[in-house]
Amino acid sequence: MDGIHDLGGMEGFGPIQIEENEPTFHHDWEPRVMAMRLLMGFWRKWNIDASRHSVETLPPEDYLGLTYYEKWLASLTVLMYRAGFVSLEEIASGSVAPGSEKASPPADAATATAFLPIGRPSQREIDAKPIYTIGSKVRTAQHMHSGHHRLPRYVRGHVGEIILHHGAHVLPDTHAKMAGENPQHLYTVRFKARDLWGDEASAKDTVTVDLWEGYLGADN
Amino acid sequence: MEPKPPKDNHTHSHTHPHSLLPSDPALRVKAIETLVVDKGLVDPEAIEALIEAYSEQIGPQNGAKVVARSWTDSEYRSKLLDDATAAISELGFSGLQGEHMVAVENTDKIHNVVVCTLCSCYPWPVLGVPPVWYKSAAYRARVVRDPRGVLAEFGVVLDEDAEVRVWDSTAEIRYLVIPKRPQNTDGLSEDELAALVTRDSMIGTGVVTLPERGQE
Repeated sequence: MDGIHDLGGMEGFGPIQIEENEPTFHHDWEPRVMAMRLLMGFWRKWNIDASRHSVETLPPEDYLGLTYYEKWLASLTVLMYRAGFVSLEEIASGSVAPGSEKASPPADAATATAFLPIGRPSQREIDAKPIYTIGSKVRTAQHMHSGHHRLPRYVRGHVGEIILHHGAHVLPDTHAKMAGENPQHLYTVRFKARDLWGDEASAKDTVTVDLWEGYLGADN
Repeated sequence: MEPKPPKDNHTHSHTHPHSLLPSDPALRVKAIETLVVDKGLVDPEAIEALIEAYSEQIGPQNGAKVVARSWTDSEYRSKLLDDATAAISELGFSGLQGEHMVAVENTDKIHNVVVCTLCSCYPWPVLGVPPVWYKSAAYRARVVRDPRGVLAEFGVVLDEDAEVRVWDSTAEIRYLVIPKRPQNTDGLSEDELAALVTRDSMIGTGVVTLPERGQE
């Protein structure tokens, strides 16, 4: 989707606000949001792509106005509501509806901490051979669909060169809809900064983007 | 605590579930935490365990060890550049948001810098959770378009001759920048070198320097 999250190249945001000696978290509630988000993921009612999509479909004014962990909480609330874990009444009241059954959490402390060094690798073995090789020139799609995908606006319709091949990876487009992993070959594509931004960019500089095969066509 | 009446703290007209929550973030989090714990959806001890992991164990001190090793062990450096996931795992760092790692090396001629323009992808096992500026709209919007201007704001001024490579983490590949080793550090141990390596230097928005010392 051409959403507010697709920020690359947008202008008008001003200088970067850099905080010296920034703490890992600024409020006690921030890591609690992070932990709840990770732990609710163990129910497997959504995945990382669905979760990203739930952030990028927050109202644009919220996307820009809320802090990172506030966005995470907002999107977690949406995800939990859509999956039927909580009702609007429960969200509004902050207390469990009378008579509802208590579930058993899918991850205890040991399971959760044992999961961290493993994570969820996205690479898959597929039969299809990669269409492109290192050095191939490719042109990215000009138009994309309105669901979740990972082709930023600023590289659309541009020609780049394949510099890395990462094997096949789960395709965010279908995964975000819980419609299957549909793994495709994934490449790192290098673009010349001047092709993207014009002469104001240095002729020496490049931008690389990780793109799935279906986002690309051969540049003939 | 008195029950809070539902309140729409946003100006948009359509109702998003989160707009039913209290406006104070701390109360909002408390409300959701109460729900997920009372409903048996989340184990409260698991919350504490994850907070401890990301507050104490998982942070840029891990990436610094990887960098210091690559500076002192050329065989390790080759391995890191060839298969970063395996090389980093050798030092005990792996997993969530670092399942597929690529290491890129800064040299006199090449300066690498990492961003995620679409969200805030970041190599958690080696750097921990990202700083606020990395997640900011300003950084995500600007560093792909004006990397030299952004780097200058961080105090990193590059020669015009240098090549800037910006890596936009749009998939599940996570990038670790191997900063240049500062000069006059031949006598330092691996641990002493690791202590010099900053978080920003491993994102590419910083360089590693020796602390300034008085004349001895």
